[in-house]
Parts: sequence; C-alpha cells; structure tokens
Amino acid sequence: MTITAPIDNGVNVEALLGARAALAETPEIAQFTWRSSVSWINGTHSRSEVESFYGFSDEQVHHQSFTIDADHPLQFAAQDIGPTPVEYVLVGLGACLTAGVAAVAQQREIQLRSVRATLSADMDIHGILGADPDVRNGFSGVKVDYEIDADASAEDIEALVAQSQKRSAVFDIVANPTDVTVTVV
Amino acid sequence: MPTVTAVVVGAGHCGLAMSRHLTSRSIDHVVLERGEVAQSWRTQRWDSLRLLTPNWMTRLPGWEYGGDDPDGFLSAGEVADLVAGYAEASAAPVVTGATVTAVRPGPGGFEVDTDQGRWTARTVVLAAGATRAFVPAVARRLPGLASMTALQYRHPEQLPEGGVLVVGGSASGVQIADELQRSGRQVTLSVGEHVRVPRTYRGRDILWWLDHLGILDERWDEVDDVVRARHLPSLQLVGAAHTLDLNTLQARGVRVVGRFAGIRDGVAQLSGALTNVCVLADLKLGRLLSTIDEYAGGRGDRPEPTRLRERPPLGLPLHTGELRSIVWATGIGPDFSWVDVPVFDHRGRLLHEGGVTRWPGLYVLGLPMLRRRRSTYLDGARLDVADLAAHLTDSLQEAS
Repeated sequence: MTITAPIDNGVNVEALLGARAALAETPEIAQFTWRSSVSWINGTHSRSEVESFYGFSDEQVHHQSFTIDADHPLQFAAQDIGPTPVEYVLVGLGACLTAGVAAVAQQREIQLRSVRATLSADMDIHGILGADPDVRNGFSGVKVDYEIDADASAEDIEALVAQSQKRSAVFDIVANPTDVTVTVV
Repeated sequence: MPTVTAVVVGAGHCGLAMSRHLTSRSIDHVVLERGEVAQSWRTQRWDSLRLLTPNWMTRLPGWEYGGDDPDGFLSAGEVADLVAGYAEASAAPVVTGATVTAVRPGPGGFEVDTDQGRWTARTVVLAAGATRAFVPAVARRLPGLASMTALQYRHPEQLPEGGVLVVGGSASGVQIADELQRSGRQVTLSVGEHVRVPRTYRGRDILWWLDHLGILDERWDEVDDVVRARHLPSLQLVGAAHTLDLNTLQARGVRVVGRFAGIRDGVAQLSGALTNVCVLADLKLGRLLSTIDEYAGGRGDRPEPTRLRERPPLGLPLHTGELRSIVWATGIGPDFSWVDVPVFDHRGRLLHEGGVTRWPGLYVLGLPMLRRRRSTYLDGARLDVADLAAHLTDSLQEAS
C-alpha cells in the first residue's frame, strides 16, 4: 500500500462549499458589488485604485489598496507606463480561469504541479479608430491555451479547463453581453 | 362541499398511477382534471412528437406495454390514448373539466377550490404536470416576428415561410429545429448547456444502458448535487431509431449558434461560450460511454466530437426580413401559482424531499428527478407513486 500525500492546491474548497451552503439559508449575502476608481494622469495614462467591495451583507476592504497604471504603447505615441486596458481584460480572464482550474482541481482531488496559459486576442483597430463602421471596437476573438502538469488523465485535464470556463465570472463577462451604464455626475 | 380523504390534482399518468394505489389501499379520493384525461398530451404537444423512452419502458402500476414493437416510441396521441385507457381500466374517480384554482390549508387538512366548487381533503397530491413554458422576458416584445413556445408549437405550417430561430438545444429544440429545417425554412438553433447522447450505443438503446446500469435508479438523496441533477436539461434525443445531435443538424443545413443572451438594438445577442458548452457536452458524453464500456468490457464506436463552424455569429439581426419567426424551446415546468401553502423558497421554487413537502399531507409528483433519475420519465411514476402512497398512508394512520 502506498501512502499518498493529501491533494493540496492551496484552495480552501470547504470554505467555498460552506459559503454555497450558507447561501441557501441567507440568499441576500450573495449580492456583491465590485468597485474601482480611476483618475486621468496624462495622455492615455490613467491610474486605477481598487480597495473596497460590498458582499456578505456588509462593506468589505482588501487588506491593502491596489494601484494599477494603464497606458498605451509607444507605437501609439503614448508613454507606455502600464499595460493597455485591453490587456487588462486578458489579465482578468487568464487570472479568473486559472483560479478556477485550481479550485476545480482541488474539488476533484487532482494535484496540480504547474498551470500556465497564454492568452491572445485579435482586434482590428479600424473599429477604435472609427475608420470602418462595420468593424467592432472590441476583440474579434480570444484564444486561451493551457499547459497543465497534473496527476490526471488528458481527458480529466480537459474537463477541468472546461468546468473552469463554466464557472468563471470573467469568461462569462467576456463571452456574454452585459448592460453597461456610464453617466456624468 | 364534498369531502374526501385525498385530492389528486391532475389526471395524467402520475395522478392516475397515484389514484390506482389509493384505490388499492381503499383510500377514498378524487382526481381533479382541468380538461380531459391526459390533457397536456392532447393539447400541449407537437404533432410529430414521440416519447423519448422506448415502448418497453412504458410501464405504469398494473400496466405494461404488451405490443409487438417494444423498441418503438409512442406518439403523443398514443400516449394520450394509453393514459385514457388506463384511467378507464383503473376506474379512476376522475372529475374532468374542473380546474383547480387554489389549494390552501383548511379545517381537517386542505381546501381545494375549483371552478366547479370547493373540495376538502386531508391530503393533497399535486400531479399537474409541466404546463408552463419558461421564456425570457424579451420574448414578449418582438414586433414583426411570429413567436411561440414549444408548448404551442404543433407543425411547421403555423410559422411563416422564411428563416426561423429555434432557441434551446435540448430534446424539444433539436426536434423542432430538425422538422422546421426539413420544411424548407432556414433554421438557426441557439444552444446553451445541453446533454448530448447517442440514440444507441453498442447495439442497445441509450435508455436500455441507463436502465441496465442502474443510473436511472440513482436516488435524489444519494447524488452529489440534487439541485444540479434536477435542473439538468433533457437528453438531446428524439423518439426514433436515429441520433439527432448538433452534427446531424448542421449536416442538414441548420446553423448552430450560442445561447440566446438578450436583444440590443434589434439584434439578438448570442453567447461566445458555444465552443465550451459543446466541449462540456462531449466530455460528459465520453464519461457516460466509458461507464458503459467499463461494464461491458472493450470499447464501442464513439460519436464524432461536435464540430462547429469556424466562427459562429455573436449577433443575429431580428428585423432584416431574413428571420421571420422564433420558437422558444427554453424549458417547461410546473405551474404552482394556485398552491397557497408555504412550501416555496425565496425564488418561488417548491421545496420537497422526494415529493414530500414540509407541509404535512401535501405531496408532489411528476417533477424531474423527484425521487430518482427515472422520475423524469413516464416510467418513473410507478416507483415514485409506490413510495409516496406508502408515506401518505402511514401519515394518515399516524394522524388518526
């Protein structure tokens, strides 16, 4: 008989399942609001801050305030002080899917050794330049390629990645429409 | 004001199966029916519909299929005739043309209001079937487009010539899409999460395997996630000898697109997650077939993976004239709006443990995976009803 170490991907699945069980009793705690604020610095350079959110029926704060710079590359005659906003969309998608891979793997008792994804998004900038009304501003498509080393069959790994997409907030946000209201106050 | 021990609401196969058990236990009761026996099978099914389960699985308490085509599939009309014959053979105390308008707690148990007067009963069994179609709110404001639900659909001639959008990739959606495409209309099929299965595997009907491997007998209180199990879309099947899936539909010219997500500026917005829902369905299919192989030994011929057009469109203009109608095959479910008993959760879903509600004496029948996976099919009623009739009888004895 071999003694195997417990599966540990650093995800507290019990806490997540506990949260889901608690929702059945008090569904209102599931209502969250995510926030960020952004200030223009100069040119296309802006600085965003992320600090607080609402959830579990109360105001919440991160343990620190995060500051994120965004800009555009030198090739756009900008200063390139940070990634472009569209790259942040890829960052969000990749981070969300990868967190999901870890969580689903933990629940399915799959030990991960390494998980790496490369993301790419195609875009025709005729859209954002207003040069062709038939071209959309956003991505024409997004590709995510995972390389995963884990104690699991190729089929189980494929299922892991598929389930992560099914439960991913950012995958849903990118793949499906969302109502967006922008106002000036 | 007539008084009975038990009122059964609905004279479909479930309600009549319960009636048969109650009769055999000498429990006086009445079966209240809004229309005729098997009303839904007569009025809320399309003409070409056949049961998804083969004839040998058409079993009711005290009745089983004895015809010469055990592997065939009954048409909706044949099911209606079967259920009517069963009611007659059981001498079921059915009151037809009595629509139940309210069930509420009352002295001695329950008051059951109908448009033909009030009944009182110690116990009530809800067996009213799935009579309500779930459609997105936007379905109600679609100027210039003919729009109907799968419960209203009968045959292609109800729809104008020209393009049609069928929303829903489960049994109803794929069958209606196939029929409309064959009628010469260009069909676009909008597909979200679905459960792909082949009609046959290794020479046996897929339901034979599900039955034989005990999968249909998995109980509601034993599966990992009963909420998920109860909300699984219906098997992507047609009551015929052949498989009907996204590959066959595309080969016949149906355009397959992502889940219907809403309408903006006259354009239906379609999910970009189509590839993933197809991968998920193929993986789940693979796991089921592997389970069969583990049991049978060896490996059967596997269906081709779902193939999609390179880039399914993300938007579908609704008012260019290309599209003339929409069929919503987005699910059906029970209508409990007349049940005035506190047995619902905050979202209005009826709470029950295998058909036993938390209000003593109130039972429900005929819901997907009520007590076991088999509950989803006509064949499930005989087992569910036996369990619940026993519970009901015990409760009456305890109370008296």
